[in-house]
Amino acid sequence: MNILNNIRVALRALKANMLRSSLTVLGIVIGVAAVVALLSIGKGATAGITSQVEGLGTNLVTVSAARRFGLGGGGTAETELLYYSDYSAIAKKVQNIASITPYYQTQEPVATANRTANYSVIGVTPSYATVNSQTVEIGRFITTEDGAAKKRVAVIGATVSSELFMGLNPIGRNIKINNIQFEVVGVLASKGTSGFLSGDSNVLISLETGYSILFGGRATNNGKPILSGISISASNADSIDTVVSQTETILRSQHGLGLNDDLGLSVSSQAQMLSSLSTITATLTAFLGAIAGISLLVGGIGIMNITLVSVTERTREIGLRKAVGAPQRAILFQFLVETITLSLIGGTLGIALGASIAGVFTFLGIIDAAVTVDVLLLAFTFSALIGLFFGIYPAYQASKMRPIEALRYE
Amino acid sequence: MIEVKEVTKIYKVGDDEVRALDGVSLKINDGEMVAIMGPSGSGKSTLMAILGCLDIPTSGEYYVDNIEAAKMNDNQLASLRAHKVGFVFQTFNLLPRTSALENVMLPLTYDGTKMRDCIERAEKALEVVGLKDRMKHHPNQLSGGQQQRVAIARALVNDPAILLADEPTGNLDSKTGAEIMALFQHLHSEKHQTVIYVTHDAFIARHTDRIIHLMDGKVVRDEQIKNPIKAGTPRPDEMLSNGNGNHAKE
Ligand SMILES: Nc1ncnc2c1ncn2[C@@H]1O[C@H](COP(=O)(O)OP(=O)(O)O)[C@@H](O)[C@H]1O
Ligand SMILES: [Mg+2]
Repeated sequence: MNILNNIRVALRALKANMLRSSLTVLGIVIGVAAVVALLSIGKGATAGITSQVEGLGTNLVTVSAARRFGLGGGGTAETELLYYSDYSAIAKKVQNIASITPYYQTQEPVATANRTANYSVIGVTPSYATVNSQTVEIGRFITTEDGAAKKRVAVIGATVSSELFMGLNPIGRNIKINNIQFEVVGVLASKGTSGFLSGDSNVLISLETGYSILFGGRATNNGKPILSGISISASNADSIDTVVSQTETILRSQHGLGLNDDLGLSVSSQAQMLSSLSTITATLTAFLGAIAGISLLVGGIGIMNITLVSVTERTREIGLRKAVGAPQRAILFQFLVETITLSLIGGTLGIALGASIAGVFTFLGIIDAAVTVDVLLLAFTFSALIGLFFGIYPAYQASKMRPIEALRYE
Repeated sequence: MIEVKEVTKIYKVGDDEVRALDGVSLKINDGEMVAIMGPSGSGKSTLMAILGCLDIPTSGEYYVDNIEAAKMNDNQLASLRAHKVGFVFQTFNLLPRTSALENVMLPLTYDGTKMRDCIERAEKALEVVGLKDRMKHHPNQLSGGQQQRVAIARALVNDPAILLADEPTGNLDSKTGAEIMALFQHLHSEKHQTVIYVTHDAFIARHTDRIIHLMDGKVVRDEQIKNPIKAGTPRPDEMLSNGNGNHAKE
C-alpha cells in the first residue's frame, strides 16, 4: 500500500470538507486552550502563594496564641495566653536560634493631619527585621534605645506610607496612633506586590513603648505582659524541627502542662505552613483542572457531534471507497491521518490561545500564570486522545460494514 | 468468465427472512453483454452486488475467472474489486466536493498506482466518456448524465474484466439514458469488456446479446438476442409503454 498516496487521500478529504474540519478543530482548540489557561493560572497562583510564604523569612518558626494554621487540632481546650516571660525563657534555653523576636499586634486607627485609616500596629524589637527578612527603604528601624527610652517612634510599611503621605517623604513627620503622637523614623522596603503576608500595611513601634502607652490593659494578664506571637529564625534548615520541639517543651514547663496536655498554643514552622498551603493550592489546582476537564469534554462532545452528524455521509464515503477496492486498513489509515492532522492543528492553536490567555492574566498583574511543559503535554495528549476516539471509532464501525450496506446507510 | 452456482441470499429482517435470491445459477462468458431484467424486488440489485463482489451470498458458489469469491474475507474481496470489477450505481455515488478527476482516480489510489500514472489514467478514462473538459468540475457542477459518465469513467479506470451497472440510466431521462447505453455498447465492442447491466426498460435491454429475466429471486428466462439494437436507433413507438417511465420526464 502506498502510504504517501493514503496521506494525500486523507488531506484531500479534509480539504473537501473544510467546514466540518474547521468545526472539529475549533472543538479541540477550545478544550486545549481551557486546559492550558486554567492549569497555568492555577500553577501560577500556587507558586505565588508559596513564594510569599517563603518570603516571610528563612527557617522561620512561629509561636502564636492562635491555633496551628490549617491543621484542625481537634481539641476543645481553651487557647492559652503567650507571655513575654515565655519569650525570655525560649530565647535563653532553646538552642540553634539565629535570632528571635517577640511581638504584640493590634488594629489601631492611624491618622495624619488629613487622613485616618486602620492598620495593623505591631510592637516589635530590633530583631524583628532580621527574623522577618524586612529591610528599611528609607530612615531606620526600631532600635534598642527606642525601647529603653520608650520613644514614640514608628516604622511604617510601603502601603501605609503611600496611603497616608501620598508620595511625600514621611521621615520626621508625625502620625497619631489611637490619638497618641508618634514620629515616623523609617519606611520598610516593599516585600511583594500585594500579598496578604507582605507586611506592607503594618505600622511598627517599639514593643516597650507599646506596653507603656498604647496597648493598655488588654496586653497584660495579672500584671504579666502578653504577646501575640514570637518569631524564631532557626540557625539552619536542619535544626527547625529541634527548635520546634524544644520550644514546645519549654512552653509546657512555663505553663505547667504535662506531656499529654493540649498546649493551647501553636508552634509551627514555615515548612508546616507550606505543606498546609500546598494542600489548599493543590485543591485549587484540582478544581481548576476539573473545570478545564469539563471544557475538554465539551470540546470532545463537539467533535463527536460533528463526526456523528457527518457519519451518514462518511459511511457512504467509506462504502464507496471500499466498493472501488479500498481495504479496511486503508480506510482506517485515512481516518487516522485525518484525525491526527486535526488534533495537531487544533492542539497547536489551542496551546497558543491558552498560553495567550494566561499571558493576558500575567500582563494585567492578576496572577503570574506559569505555562509549563507538563501542562502543555497533558492538554495535547488529552486532545489527541479525544480526537482519536471520536474520529476513529465511527470510522472503524463503518469500515467493518459490507460496502453495499455502507452505501445504503442512512 | 464468471459463474454463479445455486446462489441464495437471505436477508433477515427482525424474525422474518427475505429470500432475495433463491438458487440462481448463471454462466457469463468473457466479452458478453448481458441485460438483467425483472420487476422491482425480484433480486436484481442483490445479484449485481454479489457479481460485483460487494456482498457475499448466503450459500452457493461464485467464481470470477475461476477464483472462488463466495467465501472470501473482506480484504480479499476488496482486492478483487480493485482489480477485476468496475461498478456503476443508479445513484452515481460520487464523492461530493471532490473534482471529477479525483473521483475517477479513487480506485487507483488503492492498488498502489503511482500518483502520476493515476492522473494520466484518470484523464484517459474521462476522455473515453467524453468529459475531458470537465475534469476539474465537482459533482454538483455536473448534470445527471455527466455525473453518471464520471461514475462510468471511475468504473473503467482500472481496466476491469467485468463492468457492472445497476440501473445506470434509472435516474436519467431517456435521451441521456440512450447516450449512456451508446457508451456501454462502445466500451463493449471496442474493449471487449464483459458488460452486465440491470434495466427495467425493454428497449434498453435489447441493446445487448442476452437478457436474463429474474422473478422472486429466480432466473425465469435466459433469452439470446439475435440482432441487438444499435445505439442511436430511435425508440420505436410500441416500446414507449414498456419503458420505466423515465422518458415521460421529457
Ligand atoms: N439490506 C436488505 N435487507 C433486507 N431486505 C433486503 C435488503 N436488500 C434487499 N432486500 C429485499 O430483497 C429483495 C430483493 O431486493 P433487490 O435485490 O434490491 O431487488 P431489485 O433490485 O430487483 O428491485 C426485496 O424484497 C428487498 O426488499
Ligand atoms: Mg434494484
